[in-house]
Amino acid sequence: MADFFNHLLFGVYPYIALATLVVGTVIRYDREPYTWRAGSTQLLRRKQLMVGSVLFHVGVLMIFAGHLVGLLTPIAIWDALGVPHGAKQLLAMTAGGIAGVMAIVGATLLIHRRFFDPRVRAASSTSDNLIILLLWVQLGLGLSTIPISAQHLDGEEMLKFMVWAQGVFTFKPDVYQAINGTALVFKLHLFLGLTILLLFPFTRLVHMLSAPVRYLWRPGYQVVRSRKLDPRHG
Amino acid sequence: MKVRAQIGKVLNLDKCIGCHTCSVTCKNVWTSRDGMEYAWFNNVETKPGVGFPKDWENQKRWNGGWDLKHGRLQPRMGGKWRLLAKIFANPDLPEIDDYYEPFTFDYAHLQQAGESKAFPTARPRSLISGERMEKIEGGPNWEEILGGEFAKRSADYNFEGVQKEIYGEFENTFMMYLPRLCEHCLNPTCVAACPSGSIYKREEDGIVLIDQEKCRGWRMCVSGCPYKKIYFNWKTGKSEKCIFCYPRIEAGQPTVCSETCVGRIRYLGVMLYDADRIEEAASTANVEDLYQAQLDIFLDPNDPAVIEQARKDGVPEHWLEAARHSPVWKMAMDWKVAFPLHPEYRTLPMVWYVPPLSPINAAASAGKIAAHNGMPDVRSLRIPVKYLANLLTAGKEAPVVDALERMLAMRAYMRAKTVGGVLDENIAREVGLTPEQIEEMYHVMAIANYEDRFVIPSGHREDAEDIYDERGSCGFTFGNGCSGGSSDTNLFGAPARKKLQTPTEVF
Repeated sequence: MADFFNHLLFGVYPYIALATLVVGTVIRYDREPYTWRAGSTQLLRRKQLMVGSVLFHVGVLMIFAGHLVGLLTPIAIWDALGVPHGAKQLLAMTAGGIAGVMAIVGATLLIHRRFFDPRVRAASSTSDNLIILLLWVQLGLGLSTIPISAQHLDGEEMLKFMVWAQGVFTFKPDVYQAINGTALVFKLHLFLGLTILLLFPFTRLVHMLSAPVRYLWRPGYQVVRSRKLDPRHG
Repeated sequence: MKVRAQIGKVLNLDKCIGCHTCSVTCKNVWTSRDGMEYAWFNNVETKPGVGFPKDWENQKRWNGGWDLKHGRLQPRMGGKWRLLAKIFANPDLPEIDDYYEPFTFDYAHLQQAGESKAFPTARPRSLISGERMEKIEGGPNWEEILGGEFAKRSADYNFEGVQKEIYGEFENTFMMYLPRLCEHCLNPTCVAACPSGSIYKREEDGIVLIDQEKCRGWRMCVSGCPYKKIYFNWKTGKSEKCIFCYPRIEAGQPTVCSETCVGRIRYLGVMLYDADRIEEAASTANVEDLYQAQLDIFLDPNDPAVIEQARKDGVPEHWLEAARHSPVWKMAMDWKVAFPLHPEYRTLPMVWYVPPLSPINAAASAGKIAAHNGMPDVRSLRIPVKYLANLLTAGKEAPVVDALERMLAMRAYMRAKTVGGVLDENIAREVGLTPEQIEEMYHVMAIANYEDRFVIPSGHREDAEDIYDERGSCGFTFGNGCSGGSSDTNLFGAPARKKLQTPTEVF
């Protein structure tokens, strides 16, 4: 029975979540471009946002990069670079810990603002409220894995998650077994993480896909559009 | 030389009566929607005052417009990296209280209230949170007719270099109206500051628009615009701005604010300009020279070389014809009575203003200042020339003085003609005009017939869209198909139930 649930949650659910993420996002981008925005409430209330939003975003971006590199870089590359597994784990714990504290402090400020400021509360949708709470719980779960990791500093536990994550992306059906026997808090963190991916296209999170990096090399400062029909399209 | 055409605008402040018809008609047509209650694409301010949003002219505070950094133009907010660093929390963004918290009144209470000793009242309620507001703290026109104490209003940025204490005294006080809308600049900072690239200037008519499907709500444009004429729609999370009534302009009709202007102060006409020299003009080192620099990039529609190049650059023939009859050209270039608003922002704005005349001050009327030809020295007018110059020419007084003198001369000339029955050519010559020019000025600026005010060539839809593809479509909508503009939809696209219900709406 336990195996069934492990299979369902860490073998099947990742694909449901990722498929919803990709298909849902594409549909929303195509059909509802008007709803695609960052959803800032800074206009309504500046208080707490200046500190909260910066801490939250910087922290989360660091964590995101850490997870991406840490989980999806093939183990062979780390070994070739000569990074011991223990050292990698220690790096993940300290960098992730610092970023995690930044993000959760920021998220706490943002939650307080969102739920207790009458203007911001009135302008919030259910999905806005839900996603910030889920992110806060997820950050909390992530941070509470640190003391557990501290009990085994050889990096082998982390290896299991790398095998799992890379297995998911390389379509290995039995890969869920890789994380058998890991602590419950890790599994909760994974499950909630997948759920956030599932909810992604239905929330304001889509704005991260529009991060305006292109702006940095957009030529010049002015944008001019002509209404003249492109002769190529007649 | 690259010739582009733009529909420019002039507002004759000398005739503005501050009736706010422009603001109200604009509001009714474009911004009476959720999230835009506080937004006024067109608003009228009483000057001197801090304006709407409060203190908008103080660029040290808001960092709007452009700056010259080592001779190169850069948004005052900072270069691209610096600007993106502000994306999580933008320190240069006004809060809604800098505009005002939009409100309604509990009107229904007047009908529903039970029997009581005191009259029932309709108390205000916030349109954002739906909660009771004990006091209304601001509005789009909070300083109407010099409302509020002078100490607060005198924070007006245009008092720089003016001994403002004098104008706090009752007998010296002065007042003027300043209607404001998007300037549809030649060098817009909002466009430059938009990280998504969703704001653009239309090549055909110069109108600056925000692509609502591309806007991601990074809200940098609100800070970038020194006139604070971009409004963040807090409901949809996207920025909106004056669209210069482009559907009307394309059809050859004036904008709603111009059409409905009771004082007939608004003029619309084509201006040709050299797009290759925009950067050069905006980079002029001394701010006092920016007005002249902008005049220099306007192109004479009667010059054969300009006409030839304009045809090459795709300016339609009837646009060239309209440019030759443009009232904007006449006022800005021929008579030099119209000026850009705050040219020191380096945006090269395209909504220009004719400065207002004002009663002569007490000293002059007591005979201490000599009048010439029956015309008072413009420096003895109630509104300090320096104040107008700070508003319109970055502080350079000479052009404003010349314009005011020409306007006084027009009055003196016409008075001599119609009352005295004398054609006094000297009056015209002394201000550098011919009698014919004065007559035309009178015709355009004083009589201001509809067809003299609005010379608008229609757009060329056949160049822009295939009408066959448009059949059965929805016309002007927000984004997806025929939806009404509210992003409040449930998962499957059906309209969600309204969340905020004020008591007025319940009953």
